[in-house]
This record gives sequence, C-alpha cells and structure tokens, in this order.
Amino acid sequence: MNRRSFHHPKWTPDYAAPAVQLDKLTFSYGKKEFVQEFSESFERGSITSIVGPNGCGKSTLVKLMDGLLRAQSGKALIEGVDTHIMTSRQRARRMAVLAQAARPPAMTVYDLVACGRYPYHGHQGRLNPEDKEKIEEAIALAGIERFRDHDLRQMSGGERQKAFIAMVLAQDTSVVVLDEPTTYLDIKACHDLMGLITRLNTEMGKTIIMVIHDLDLALRYSGRMLVMEKGSNVLHGSIEEILDSGALEKVFNMKIELHHSREGEAAHVLFPH
Amino acid sequence: MNISQRRKIAVSAASVAALVVAAFAASIIGSTAVGLADIIALLTGGEIADTSRNILVNVRLPRVAAALLAGSALAVAGVIIQGVLDNPLASPNIIGINSGAGFFVLLAASLFPHLFWLPQIAAFIGALVSAAFIFAIAMGAKTSRLTVVLAGIAITAIFGAGMNTILIVDPAAYVASSTFLVGGFHSGTRFEQLIGPAITILPGVLLAIFFASKLNIMALGDQTAHSLGMHVARSRLLLLTLASFLAGAAVSIAGLLGFVGLIVPHLVRFFVGPDNRIVTPLSAIVGAMFVVACDMLARVMFAPYEIQVGIIMAFLGGPFFIYLILKNRRGLGGLNE
Repeated sequence: MNRRSFHHPKWTPDYAAPAVQLDKLTFSYGKKEFVQEFSESFERGSITSIVGPNGCGKSTLVKLMDGLLRAQSGKALIEGVDTHIMTSRQRARRMAVLAQAARPPAMTVYDLVACGRYPYHGHQGRLNPEDKEKIEEAIALAGIERFRDHDLRQMSGGERQKAFIAMVLAQDTSVVVLDEPTTYLDIKACHDLMGLITRLNTEMGKTIIMVIHDLDLALRYSGRMLVMEKGSNVLHGSIEEILDSGALEKVFNMKIELHHSREGEAAHVLFPH
Repeated sequence: MNISQRRKIAVSAASVAALVVAAFAASIIGSTAVGLADIIALLTGGEIADTSRNILVNVRLPRVAAALLAGSALAVAGVIIQGVLDNPLASPNIIGINSGAGFFVLLAASLFPHLFWLPQIAAFIGALVSAAFIFAIAMGAKTSRLTVVLAGIAITAIFGAGMNTILIVDPAAYVASSTFLVGGFHSGTRFEQLIGPAITILPGVLLAIFFASKLNIMALGDQTAHSLGMHVARSRLLLLTLASFLAGAAVSIAGLLGFVGLIVPHLVRFFVGPDNRIVTPLSAIVGAMFVVACDMLARVMFAPYEIQVGIIMAFLGGPFFIYLILKNRRGLGGLNE
C-alpha cells in the first residue's frame, strides 16, 4: 500500500508504530549533504527535545517530518505511514507543526484558532458545531479566553504563542511538533508556555517533539532528548542517559552540573568552558 | 480591536445601497437627462420614449455595466494579489499585468490600426501573456512571494520599454489608444463587447469568494499553511491565475486602471478588518461602486468635455487614501506590514 492510489485511502493509524519514525533520511540543500542517513523514532506519548548547535539541521528535520521538504532518500513516517503517501489534509490531521515565530498575521485570536480546523473542512471554511466545540476547548486549555477577540499584532509575544498553541490544539492531532516555541519570549512567558506544552502531553496524551535552543528549558520540561550535530544523530535517550553520556558537554562544549537550592529544588547549571 | 458582526453587516448593507444608488445615478445623469421613471419603465417593460430608450440601451447602461464589471474585477484581483504575495503595496499592475496589456494594445494599434475591435482582445491576451511569464519565472524559483514581486517588476520594465519603443516609432498608435493608457471607458461601448469580459469576471469573482478562506490560511506563512494541510505552491498559482484572468478581463474593457486594485481592498479592510472571507465579496461591491461613481463624475464634471475615469480616480482616491493612512497609523488595512 505504498503507492498513491487514485482515490486516497483513509490511512488507519498503526498503533504499534512509533508516533514519528525517520528512516535513513538524506537531504541536501545544495551539493553538500546536510542531513545524512538520519534514523530515529519518537515513541507515542513522549516529550522529546531536539537540541544541537546552530545550523545542525534541527529545523530541517522538522520540515522533513511534515513533508515540507522532500528527502533525496529515506522516508519519514507518521504513525507508520509515509508522509508523502498521505494527502496534505490527511497528514495535517495527524501531525501539527508550530513554525518558528514570524510576523504575526492580521487576525483575531479566534480566527487564528479556527484556522486549526482547516484540515477538516472544505474551501469555504464554514465552521460546523464540532469545529466550534474544538475551538472553544483549545482556547480554554490555552487559557486565552479573554483575548479571544484581540488582534494578534497587538498582543504580547507570550500570549500570542499561546494563541498559536491553541490553533495547533484545534488541529486535533496526536503528534505536535514545535520549532523553537520560546524564541523572543521573556523568562516568565517561556515557563508559562512550556507548562502549557507539558499539559498537552500529560492531559491529552499528545506526542510532543520540539526543537529548542534553551538547554535549561529542554532539561526541565522534556522526558527525552535528541542531540544533533552537523546533520547527524549524536544520541537519543532519556534526560538521565543524555546527561550521563556527556553528549551535551561535547556538542556544546560546556560543563553541566546539577545544583540544589536551599529549598531543595534541583536544576542543571551550565558553565561555558 | 474587535469588529463586531453587526458592524460588518451594516457596512455590507451600506455598500450595496451605495452601489445601487451609484448605478442608477450613472444611468440617469449625463448630457441628455433621462428620468428614473424611464429606467424603471425599461426594466419593467413599461412605456418609454424612443430617445430615452436609445440613450439608456445604447449609451448609458453598457457603460455602467462596463464600469461595474471592471471595478469589481480589479478590486477582487487586488485582494487576491495582496493576500497571496503578502504585500500591501501589491495590485494587478505590480505583477506586470497592466504593462503586458498596454504593450499588446499599442502593438495592435500600431500594426492593425483599422481593426478597431482588436485592442480589447490584445489587452486580454497581453495580460495573460505577462502573467504566464511571471508564473514561469516563479515556478522556476519555487513560487516564493518575493520572486513573484521581483519578476513582476522586471516584466513591467521590459514591456514598458516595448511600449516606449512603439510610441517613438509610431506616435499615431498613441492616438488610437490614449483612453486605454490612462484608463477609462468609451461612450461607444456596446453590450456585445462586454460578453467576453463578463463571462470571465462573474464566475471569477464568485470563485475568488469561494477561495477566500485560503487567503486567510496563507496569511499565516508558508510553513504553517503547509502544516494545516494546504498545498501552498499550488494554491498560490491557482489564486494568481484567477487574479490575472480577472485583471486581464478588466483591463480589456477599462484600460490601465491601476488604482482601484490597490485602494479598494485597503478601504474595505479599514471598515471590516482583515478577514478575507468578508473582504473579498465586499471589495467586489465597493470596487464596482467606486468605478461607476468616478466614471459618472468623469463624464459630467467638465461637460461638455469628458475626462478619463483614471484621472478622476487618482484625484479623488489619492487624497482619500492618504487620509486613511494618516488616520490609521498602526498600518493600513490589516495586512502585515
């Protein structure tokens, strides 16, 4: 069943398959191979942070996952089905991607969240009762009820990102991929947002994959970590495994130590070499 | 800022009313007065004097119809192009459609000056030829927004050079096409000439309204639109094709009217906000109304002389547009800036 047939089959998710599986993906922008034979799988219900130095291919990996880029060889599977076999709408009902923050669109919060229902309706964009229900749920979970009629361009970065999370929620997918969700946010807004993202996992069972720059946030909020360097997979494992391996120290060239505050709260402290 | 549903309905109702008033006024007012009763008689099959019937059927109504068609087509093309290119400065002329049409019209007027019907067809062909060039370039560069704008600027320069060459080699070509180049309507427009443009414009405007929610999704950026299940490159091509058919048909009856496509969408967004599902149909109405009203002024303001509607439009629309810019400093119309 891996040919694109004339009438698009309704792919039933393979519940035994990982949420996302990358199988020997090779991709290059020009002549030089940027991502080389990259294989990895992301288990259902996990929160995984993808970390690595600038330009190591993290965002490219996200674009390969959701089919925005086409790999020269290898494939990306969502719930066991090749990204490029599904129609765009079928794919959009399984995996939602929150792109890196760009210019905010001229739109109200409600209209933005309603865009999350696009994969479910036709060209006209009429919302049916189910759509409206999903939109309300998403707005409530993101805690942005009071901003519902606000223009996105006039909101703080943190509130705006929550509105985008609500859009992704309204998309009602089992996998959520976030590309640098905390860029440009102040520290309080970062933690608020990561708290919300964690809830998508704990309360709704969504698989979360996020590209993240801030190692402190990654260590605090994710269960697993994928360390990348120069388009290759260095190590993928639980936070403990990653810390024990010393992979982060090597890739980022820094020292990481666990410290406890007087109240007994633990945090990892990063020291540049 | 929330634009309430009530406000949207009020603005829509006011626009429709203004359109009806403008269309009736433009049919009545002119060098020979025709009464409102005459129009009603004509429409309902009542009694009407032969002179009045003659003026309405052969002079006024075709011209009003031409203005309605061109106005709605240009305004809707403007909404699409501004949305697809995510550029508030965009309008049909920026993607090179006007200059392509202009070049072909001058070429037709120069090579076949006795074929009076040719320029209209040439305009339509020219608009589509330049659109095809832009698509070819944009496809080669994977239809990014900036490439379309840059390709449009290049096409405009090339056809502009072609137009200037023809005007120097054959100045008489200008005389045959002066109204076209400024933008305006002929008193001699006949209903038969409008059939082709009408069967392009009416379904085109309906399709644009049908696809308006795609424009909203595109405003989120390519990656997000893709993630939501939209075929971004395909949708962009589809919408730009639609816009060039609309603009091409409009240019073939109204000449190089550039301003409508730029200001009407902004004007509409100023009142009802950025949601394209309402901006698109409302721009069709307001564009039609604006062009009909301006054309009426163009006929009567300096009577017995008639000036081209493009001139009136620039005189009235320009200052009004500046007023809107100053009044709404956050940025006009709700497109991203």
